[in-house]
Amino acid sequence: MLIKRAAANDCLPSEITPPEIFARRREFMQFSAAALASGALGALLPSAEAAEKLAGKPSPLSTPESPTPYKHVTGYNNFYEFGTDKEDPAANAHLLQTQPWSVSVEGLVKKPKTFDIDQLVKLAPLEERIYRLRCVEGWSMVIPWVGYSLAALLKQVEPTGSAKYVEFISAVQPENMVGVQRRVLDWPYVEGLRLDEAMHPLTLLTLGLYGEVLPKQNGAPVRITVPWKYGFKSAKSIVKIRLVEKQPLISWEKANPREYGFYSNVNPTVDHPRWSQARERRLGEFTKRETLMFNGYNEVASLYAGMDLRKYF
Amino acid sequence: MHRFIPALKVLLFLLCLAPLARLGWGFQQDTLGANPIEALTRGLGTWGLNFLLITLAVTPLRKLSGWHWLTRLRRMLGLYAFFYVLLHLTSYLWLDQFFVWQDIAKDILKRPFITVGMAAFVLLVPLAATSNNYAIRRLGGKKWTQLHRTVYPIGIMAVLHYTWLVKLDVTKPLLYGLTLAALLGFRVLWRYREKQKQLGGAYLRKPKGRIIPIVAKR
Repeated sequence: MLIKRAAANDCLPSEITPPEIFARRREFMQFSAAALASGALGALLPSAEAAEKLAGKPSPLSTPESPTPYKHVTGYNNFYEFGTDKEDPAANAHLLQTQPWSVSVEGLVKKPKTFDIDQLVKLAPLEERIYRLRCVEGWSMVIPWVGYSLAALLKQVEPTGSAKYVEFISAVQPENMVGVQRRVLDWPYVEGLRLDEAMHPLTLLTLGLYGEVLPKQNGAPVRITVPWKYGFKSAKSIVKIRLVEKQPLISWEKANPREYGFYSNVNPTVDHPRWSQARERRLGEFTKRETLMFNGYNEVASLYAGMDLRKYF
Repeated sequence: MHRFIPALKVLLFLLCLAPLARLGWGFQQDTLGANPIEALTRGLGTWGLNFLLITLAVTPLRKLSGWHWLTRLRRMLGLYAFFYVLLHLTSYLWLDQFFVWQDIAKDILKRPFITVGMAAFVLLVPLAATSNNYAIRRLGGKKWTQLHRTVYPIGIMAVLHYTWLVKLDVTKPLLYGLTLAALLGFRVLWRYREKQKQLGGAYLRKPKGRIIPIVAKR
């Protein structure tokens, strides 16, 4: 097999137009012109939004590693609401209804508020953060996300002193999600972080990738990204964020508490009960890499000082 | 029918290579998706299991249809099962573990799905090695048949290997499990029926015609 490695990047990954979209530029122009002329832009937007740009300022928190190609980032996904095979979300997620969309932030906060998606986009300056993503299954990618620290949102609602955890609840649209019709997991998908983890600057409220709004199979229109934890901790298509006192029971822990824990920090020394976590296959590479503690984000280590990470896996 | 068997064998031989050709071509053309190595390893494993089940389907099919010539294709199918399993194992040893024997040994001991997969392979080796006329003559039909019954536990182990590897959604391994259960269940039922027939003949039914004593000539 030929291993394609990107040479030194001349331009930012976010500036690269995905070839699929580039190839359709005329179609898009004609379509937009026609839509404008007919004044029906609003009604036709959903099919045109694939190319909707969402730029972010480059962030010092980005990794210098080359991003995984767009087609893999958007074609190889775990999003069980749309099926359990990696190719299922790309095939089925187009049905997800993302307009209108709002996120209710509630629970132990002084100022509970429901944010419209447009409000969320404008809430803080957008940044491009190129993060490693390590899946619990043993593969990894590098993704140029667009968003801002979740802390910016949480600060607006002012968590009370008794708030200890943040719970993320994902959308359930039974008619639009083929995977929800089967009870593989208990829907809705629930994730959670300790408040200090949620407030960590690395934790990203994510609205886009590769310089465009989030594709539906990647968790449109808003998700979180927690780069030092296994991928399933980064909940997609979020509709509700609750600040709570007790540790939330997350979907995967509920499904199999022996294999999946609340913390799920990337940790090469704590194996999944059925497979090793010592190494990973970076998509596009032939040999496997050593998995790094906290996925290489050592700045989070202090969050877990004194904790037995074997017990709190 | 019998005069077509050699031609049929050639055709089947080529047909059985098709999954390998498809995987190889896909790997070469980079159309196996984002994780081609995993797709290759899993594809080879899936076809090993497919051929194992196809081989196990020969006897039930023969008994139900009366097409006894099917048995003459069974050896090739069984050897193809071994061939795909061997390639599956090779891709694990090479593309997944890169021949780091220490890690491989640890994996075999620690990971139940690898333990059971490896055990199934080890049990499959003597079956492949004795899939020739010389071995049948050497062992004798009875012993050979007994040895080759190991394929039943091997089938169960292979399905377990698949089930334990899956993260959560066990639909596909379950379908394989049900197919295997049907194929093994058929044998149990058939045997039971045969026994009933024999018993019925020997003890329960009264003979209708005249009884002719048979005395062996010395």
